[in-house]
Amino acid sequence: MGFLYSTLKYLAVTLWSVFVIAPFLWAISTSFKDFQSVTNGATYIPWVDFEPTLEGWRALWKSPAQGGVAIVEPFFNSVFVTAAGSAISILLGTLAAYALSRFTFKAGPIRNGDITFFFISQRIMPPVVLAIPFFIMLGKFSLLDTLVGLILVYIVLLMPIAVWIMVDFFNKVPREIDETALIDGCNPYQAFYKVVLPNSIPGIVVAGMFCMIFGWTDFFFSFILTFTEVQLLPVAIVALNSSITPWWSLSAAALVSVAPLVVVAFIVERFLSKGNLSGALK
Amino acid sequence: MSLIASNLCLKPDTEYHLNDVCFEMSKGEIYTIIGRTLAGKTTLLKTIAGLIAPESGSLILDGTDFGRIPVWKREVAMVYQQFINYPHLSVYENVAFPLKQRRMPKVEIRNRVMRALSQVGLDGFENRKIQALSGGQQQRVALARSLVKEANIVLLDEPLVNLDYKLREQLREEFRNIFSAKASENSILIYSSTDPVEAMQLGGQILVMDEGRILQQASAKEVYENPNSTKVSQITNDPAMNLFEGAVADGKVILSSEIHFDLPQHCQALPQGSYNFGLRAAAISLSDGGFPFTVELSEISGSETFLHLKHEHVQVVGLLDSVQNFNIGETVSAQFDTAHLYAFATDGRLKSSPYGGPK
Repeated sequence: MGFLYSTLKYLAVTLWSVFVIAPFLWAISTSFKDFQSVTNGATYIPWVDFEPTLEGWRALWKSPAQGGVAIVEPFFNSVFVTAAGSAISILLGTLAAYALSRFTFKAGPIRNGDITFFFISQRIMPPVVLAIPFFIMLGKFSLLDTLVGLILVYIVLLMPIAVWIMVDFFNKVPREIDETALIDGCNPYQAFYKVVLPNSIPGIVVAGMFCMIFGWTDFFFSFILTFTEVQLLPVAIVALNSSITPWWSLSAAALVSVAPLVVVAFIVERFLSKGNLSGALK
Repeated sequence: MSLIASNLCLKPDTEYHLNDVCFEMSKGEIYTIIGRTLAGKTTLLKTIAGLIAPESGSLILDGTDFGRIPVWKREVAMVYQQFINYPHLSVYENVAFPLKQRRMPKVEIRNRVMRALSQVGLDGFENRKIQALSGGQQQRVALARSLVKEANIVLLDEPLVNLDYKLREQLREEFRNIFSAKASENSILIYSSTDPVEAMQLGGQILVMDEGRILQQASAKEVYENPNSTKVSQITNDPAMNLFEGAVADGKVILSSEIHFDLPQHCQALPQGSYNFGLRAAAISLSDGGFPFTVELSEISGSETFLHLKHEHVQVVGLLDSVQNFNIGETVSAQFDTAHLYAFATDGRLKSSPYGGPK
């Protein structure tokens, strides 16, 4: 029974691994192919089935005039917009979450839980509902087709995630830690940044990771709110899909677009696997 | 230095958390606040610390209005029942934290931290992370952090309650030594506990709390000998003092049709009438010629046996100095040591005690 269970378990894990890894292998393999290798039937193993070439990768930093796809600028635009939007969202969201976790707000029938829900309810709405108001507002402030305009939109979209995650995290941080810091001579601001914040790093990392994933993978708003001046990576990749799709460049671009998230996942993994609060309150 | 509380009240919902609390505390004394869970002990400590603002009343420290001073400027230290430390800091940094807040010179900080760690028996643990310590060691770190400040008021909120029995016994002894030395210096030490044994062992002054109200403030000896009400007698004894409804008539104490005995010498002045009589568990023993009781439960605790007995409506708990086995439903003969009988009025006030009565 134990052997059968173990076998089934490993079989399931293996199948799942293949399911997850196969697209990456397919993309890596395709990124080293050329037109002939892609169109002349299924080929898998480099140097056996096809002769690998770096043409797909070289095209990434060539301009369209040189026959390239030019994703370098969209890549760095995406990095800048995602990083700035996530950082500001985490900063504001963490402060808002701390207030919602530690202080009681009353306005008529509205309480802290309602305010938290108000934040997250903005993520419940379909993006298309928000698109028109964003379009009109950014247009009024001449921020359409600008990086600043996109950052502002991303803050609106990402901050609810940060608030939602951080409220839950702060609720799990014992209030007695804040109280002890006050008794030990910290004013409320010092108690927050000297004691509560250092112990909230796992929560901030998780919230930051979610913000970055949502920001980095957004296609809809970057497509609607930009035209010619500014282009983000998801839009640039989709733009590659022309009458003859360059699958080799498309695969290379897709791998480039996934790479930052993989790097982030490896960096934050250690924060996710263990919290820093053990020992605060035993 | 003295801390005077006058008419402190806090009623955030339908019940009082602090109800007209008044006390006066002096430097160099240990004060133990004893009360059941939700009696208001932690609320009172947090009020003194400045973490909770009372709705009315005042706290005066050495003639200055303590209530107007924000918590971070109050020069108080507090140890919680949970082992609260800063998990991102080492043991040394934890203890040094309040001193760094005061911007003390590094050499002075080092000297004080090392002295405090030595006081609580944590020499050599300076560089350990908090997570690498046992529960008892974590609580020692919290205690060291409270000692290192040399605060005017040290608040200890049931600091031993979350430790296992052996460690609690060990730390209780160490705490008493540390506190005695500390209290003789410049601090008012306030210790809260639900454990009467702990309160009595620490000595000093005892404040008995219930439902946000201070029922009695006196020395540990006085509270033990002359609890001023049935509630105090219940809170300050473990097991709680046995209480029986009864009457004094014709020179006798009558508890039931079969349980009656001569009025003891110290109760002779009691007029006839109804009373609540009290007898500690240790004043009940098993021997021939006593009252017949049925065994309801027998609990062995260490080297002692708690025996729950019943006769008609009279229920008592006796404490036997040895480990004995009894069958539930067995009939035993129980003797009452009436020389240690307490008499309370029907409203709960102490009327007569073997130690001289209410003072």
